[in-house]
Amino acid sequence: MGQTLRVTVNGEARSDEVEPRLLLVHYLRETCGLTGTHVGCDTSQCGACTVLLDGAAVKSCNMLALQADGAEITTIEGLAPEGGLHPLQTAFWENHGLQCGYCTPGFIMAAAALLAENHDPSDEEIGRGLEGNLCRCTGYVNIRKAVKAAALAMREGAAAPIGG
Amino acid sequence: MIPAAFQYSKAGSVKEAVAQLREAGPEAKVIAGGQSLIPLLRLRLSQPSHLVDVNGVRELDYVHPEGDLLRVGAMTRHSTLVRSELVQRHLPLLAEMAAQVGDPQIRARGTLGGVFAHADAAGDYPTLAVMLDATIVTDRRRVAARDFFQHLFTTALADDELVCEVVFPMAPGPHRYIKFRRRLYDWAIVGAAVQKLDSGWRVGLTHVGPTAVRAAAVESRLQAGASFTEAAGAAADGLEPPSDARASADYRRHLAQVLTRRALEQAA
Repeated sequence: MGQTLRVTVNGEARSDEVEPRLLLVHYLRETCGLTGTHVGCDTSQCGACTVLLDGAAVKSCNMLALQADGAEITTIEGLAPEGGLHPLQTAFWENHGLQCGYCTPGFIMAAAALLAENHDPSDEEIGRGLEGNLCRCTGYVNIRKAVKAAALAMREGAAAPIGG
Repeated sequence: MIPAAFQYSKAGSVKEAVAQLREAGPEAKVIAGGQSLIPLLRLRLSQPSHLVDVNGVRELDYVHPEGDLLRVGAMTRHSTLVRSELVQRHLPLLAEMAAQVGDPQIRARGTLGGVFAHADAAGDYPTLAVMLDATIVTDRRRVAARDFFQHLFTTALADDELVCEVVFPMAPGPHRYIKFRRRLYDWAIVGAAVQKLDSGWRVGLTHVGPTAVRAAAVESRLQAGASFTEAAGAAADGLEPPSDARASADYRRHLAQVLTRRALEQAA
């Protein structure tokens, strides 16, 4: 038996009939077709399914889709304008912040929430900020490097003169 | 892993939530932040007939100082407690605990009231509530923390009763919570909390039994002038901790003593 879910996903207002037991991650992947949000552990530990809910990083496997009613959701697909890359995406690429890439969308979304609050995080703050995300191949060193590089790029971007 | 089917309704107020619970019957459950409940639904360890969602009950999201008490609304999220200047000023141990709950994503959703209603043996706030003699306020009554927690996942709440507020005494003095765990976002294998009040030390332990424990033997040794090391030696007195995949009962007894000593040393 469906109930109506009204939600904005990556800037697009949607209205869908969903079953109460549908998890937000499955709504995003199967109903919206946004498969950049991954199901990793399925036990709310790994953070691969992290998305932004009204700006806060949350695990989309640990929420009912209906609980997002009225909210704005950003997934990895909506982080940068079509065809472009967000500074975090560029930094993960340039710093080799991934090997298999499965955990990457979750890390980038969690890092986006961290950098929105803290424009210049220390190594320790990056570690604490990303403690809800697991990577089984890189060992985190390059992930930390990537987040630092993105923070720097975003600070420089913000400081650049308009049209400069 | 897909939860079993259930009915779902949203409540906008305490009154509505209680009415919906009453109408839905004894197999209904409240969902607040859902950070413990949804994993249980997915594993089908919990199969409620109906979920009443209280995330829209804004009237329960607050931190109010009142005299020498700090009243915290049940829908206050962990991330709010971490940042709250009122909590940091009047009961910094609560903020310190909140910062150690789960991970940032879980703290963004999980709520204070949810921790009390869920009553996991490894929950952090129940330890603070029991050691400081906090009061749990529901839609119909006030219950002392020591009477509220009855057993594993079992509280004094009736099927249609809602946790609305927890009232803590203010305690701005020396304090520390040490949560021993293998990974940052894990539940405590054992936790030790200490808080200095004008009347002396209060000491609480997490996950050394089915409910949070106040380490009265440690408190009375401190009162009698024992050193931190001597006093902490009594932390395992009378405990019957669980043995599980993470730690044996003996190891938990050992941790209770070591963590209590460290918490006292770090707080003072």
